[in-house]
Amino acid sequence: MDDSPIEAPRPLEPRPKAIIIGASSGIGAALARRLASEGYFLALAARRGDLLQDLRDEINAQGKGQCLTYSHDVRQAEQAPELLQRMLRDLGGLDLFVYCAGIMYPSDPERFDAEQDLEILQVNLLGAVAWLDPVALRFRREGGGHIVGIGSVAGDRGRRGTPAYAASKAGLHTYLEGLRNRLARHGVTVTTIKPGQVQTDMLKNAPQVRGPITAERAAELIWRAIRARKSTAYVPARWRWVMLVIRHIPSFIFRRMNL
Amino acid sequence: MSPLLPPDHLERVDSWGQAQHAMAYVFRPSTVEGMRAAFDLARRAGCSVALRGAGRSYGDAALNSEQMLLDLTRMRRVLDWDPEAGVISVEPGVTIGDLWRYVLGDGWWPAVVPGTMQVTIGGCAGMNVHGKNNWVAGTFGEHILSFEALLPGGETVTCSPQENANLFHAMIGGLGLLGCFTRVTLKLKRVHSGWMEVQALAVPHIEGMLEEIDRLKEADYVVGWADGMARGRALGRGQIHVARELEPGEDPAPAQSLRLENQELPDTLLGLLPKSLMWRLMKPFVNNPGMWLINSGKYWASRLSHGHRFTQSHAAFHFLLDYIPGWKRSYLPGGLIQYQAFVPKEQAAQAFREMLARCQAAHLPTYLAVLKRHRPDPFLLTHAVDGVSLAMDFKVTQRNRARLASLAQELDEVVLQAGGRFYFAKDSTLRPETARAFLGQDALKELKRLKERCDPEGLLQTNLARRLFPDLIPTA
Ligand SMILES: Cc1cc2nc3c(=O)[nH]c(=O)nc-3n(C[C@H](O)[C@H](O)[C@H](O)COP(=O)(O)OP(=O)(O)OC[C@H]3O[C@@H](n4cnc5c(N)ncnc54)[C@H](O)[C@@H]3O)c2cc1C
Ligand SMILES: NC(=O)c1ccc[n+]([C@@H]2O[C@H](COP(=O)([O-])OP(=O)(O)OC[C@H]3O[C@@H](n4cnc5c(N)ncnc54)[C@H](OP(=O)(O)O)[C@@H]3O)[C@@H](O)[C@H]2O)c1
Repeated sequence: MDDSPIEAPRPLEPRPKAIIIGASSGIGAALARRLASEGYFLALAARRGDLLQDLRDEINAQGKGQCLTYSHDVRQAEQAPELLQRMLRDLGGLDLFVYCAGIMYPSDPERFDAEQDLEILQVNLLGAVAWLDPVALRFRREGGGHIVGIGSVAGDRGRRGTPAYAASKAGLHTYLEGLRNRLARHGVTVTTIKPGQVQTDMLKNAPQVRGPITAERAAELIWRAIRARKSTAYVPARWRWVMLVIRHIPSFIFRRMNL
Repeated sequence: MSPLLPPDHLERVDSWGQAQHAMAYVFRPSTVEGMRAAFDLARRAGCSVALRGAGRSYGDAALNSEQMLLDLTRMRRVLDWDPEAGVISVEPGVTIGDLWRYVLGDGWWPAVVPGTMQVTIGGCAGMNVHGKNNWVAGTFGEHILSFEALLPGGETVTCSPQENANLFHAMIGGLGLLGCFTRVTLKLKRVHSGWMEVQALAVPHIEGMLEEIDRLKEADYVVGWADGMARGRALGRGQIHVARELEPGEDPAPAQSLRLENQELPDTLLGLLPKSLMWRLMKPFVNNPGMWLINSGKYWASRLSHGHRFTQSHAAFHFLLDYIPGWKRSYLPGGLIQYQAFVPKEQAAQAFREMLARCQAAHLPTYLAVLKRHRPDPFLLTHAVDGVSLAMDFKVTQRNRARLASLAQELDEVVLQAGGRFYFAKDSTLRPETARAFLGQDALKELKRLKERCDPEGLLQTNLARRLFPDLIPTA
């Protein structure tokens, strides 16, 4: 933790509090800025501590939101419960938890690399489970709270370029759906975000790029989905229709297509 | 990394007014050893510990978000009782309800009780509570002969007005920030009957209220209820209840009236309605028009019964609110807060008139306003003055929170201007600078000195302490 001053709490006007895992760049960083502009008190984690600190300084200098940062590699799953406890202690509570950490390798239908694929599953799926289980328990006991997972349109279909990435996101979607069904009766909201293409570092690894939106735009749309307490949101929304079609392409045709 | 606090101890803990809550790792020790073990665990986990009795403080005094909370309600044994002298030693989790039930048959009553019997002795000492007899009897702490306390480091201390007098006067009313009471020895009050004689008086405005309360201050008990919704000249009109303990011989059969079954109120109202349903019936009235109706009705009824004398059991007189179980639920979902200010008697009329008027101007009238007469006491963080307190209940809603907070700040200004003080048991809105202003530098310096002596690691913390006394809290 760092030692930026924390202002005196006001019980009647509590500051909303959020944690974002995977906030050092791209969508996570943009969402951190967006939440800060709404007055959120933030705890941000990722591996690249220097980037996080720059982001923190930027947010704290703006004065509306407030920000603490933590270096963490989600592949160290066993550290999640302890770090979560520490973050919660520093924040003094939690309203919103966003799991945004994710990696993707360049799409290549000729590459069968278990090491690389296992890493994708570790970061995108196992890390999410390691964080979200203790968060879910806490929100369930509290009787409220909001969990957001950043999935992907890629999880809606198994494409030949990135089978493990698609599987990690499909797994995440199903896990989030299960959590939602478990927690809805306890007043907890679970939102699955499925971005299409967003202009971030990750996009360098995408097979084709068609009309991506900026990370800021994605963050704005994600914020709207959070505020509306949506179950699932495609970002931007037109991907809902694109994916509706793609999901219904029969398998024997899909495998012949250049998608 | 520091070890984990066990997630199975994680619980949601509400403030009594339910306008705020905290998630905390709750432990319920039943022995001093258990308390020690909890302090050790907290030290290893690098987290703080808050002490909690029955959690009847309205705000954040017994909350500790995301850290450890020691619920002391399982330390509930009476350790020693001398029915000749009326001196009793108890563990901190014994409640006022346990206490009076234990001693009444022998002709004793707690010297000071708050408006609910569900509070613990530890909580009453930690806040140094007052009763409707604050003027004649002083605060709860003035009837504590001695106590033993466990300091977070493991040391135990014994304090009385003679022994460790500084600590005695700081730990009582010390908000659980210096150490944990483990044994409290109290001097009780003799009573010669289970009944009291109560008289009800109607008063036409706040000035009349304050005059009457001052005139009646030497009575055994006196308390005023004010209609915070009446306007203009009638602002603060209301009713005073003044009560007198019976003298020896007045009750022809004290052994009979001192029996417990003669204290308890019936389970139904008007012989019909189960009391457990009362809050549901109240709910439709917990809004501005409904409360206007109830407050006005109550006032006009009080006019009709003006001067009326009746007998009432001790329990019924002191703990009326306890006889409508769950009444606060009629304030849900937003809950309620109370704002209580203590103003020197010379300034009280003007200050209270202004405060009530400001609540009305902000369209946030108080639904329940209660006045009591107070006198200064020798405790470090005392809330009392030679004057009168006004306690106001406010309904909290999602929409009015911010307005309520800024109203409270306006009221703080009025109270500070009048040389008044505040009470942490009721507080949810004070700012650190306001707390500093009324407590004064000397008191805060002494508090810090004693904190360093009793709890150098700063293990004992609460949400209220972090909110109002950031200087006491070590930075991570
Ligand atoms: C309906 C109602 C009416 C009330 N009327 C009055 C009234 O007339 N007069 C009045 O003065 N107050 C009144 N109160 C407030 C109440 O008396 C105080 O808040 C009291 O402290 C509550 O006791 P508790 O056991 O619930 O303590 P909690 O609220 O749990 O704790 C109070 C404080 O004591 C500390 N503490 C608890 N146990 C210990 C311990 N063993 N050692 C050291 N510190 C400890 C806590 O850390 C906390 O700071 C009223 C409250 C309610 C709900
Ligand atoms: N960009 C797109 O078009 C697109 C489309 C659909 C879904 N998504 C999803 O959106 C999320 C964010 O991606 P992005 O586009 O913003 O890309 P990005 O800029 O690369 O962001 C990825 C974030 O995840 C973090 N991360 C990666 N591995 C980590 C690890 N082992 N431990 C901790 N944090 C780790 C990164 O932080 P460090 O590297 O500092 O650790 C970074 O903050 C991902 O889940 C991605 O799958 C993106």
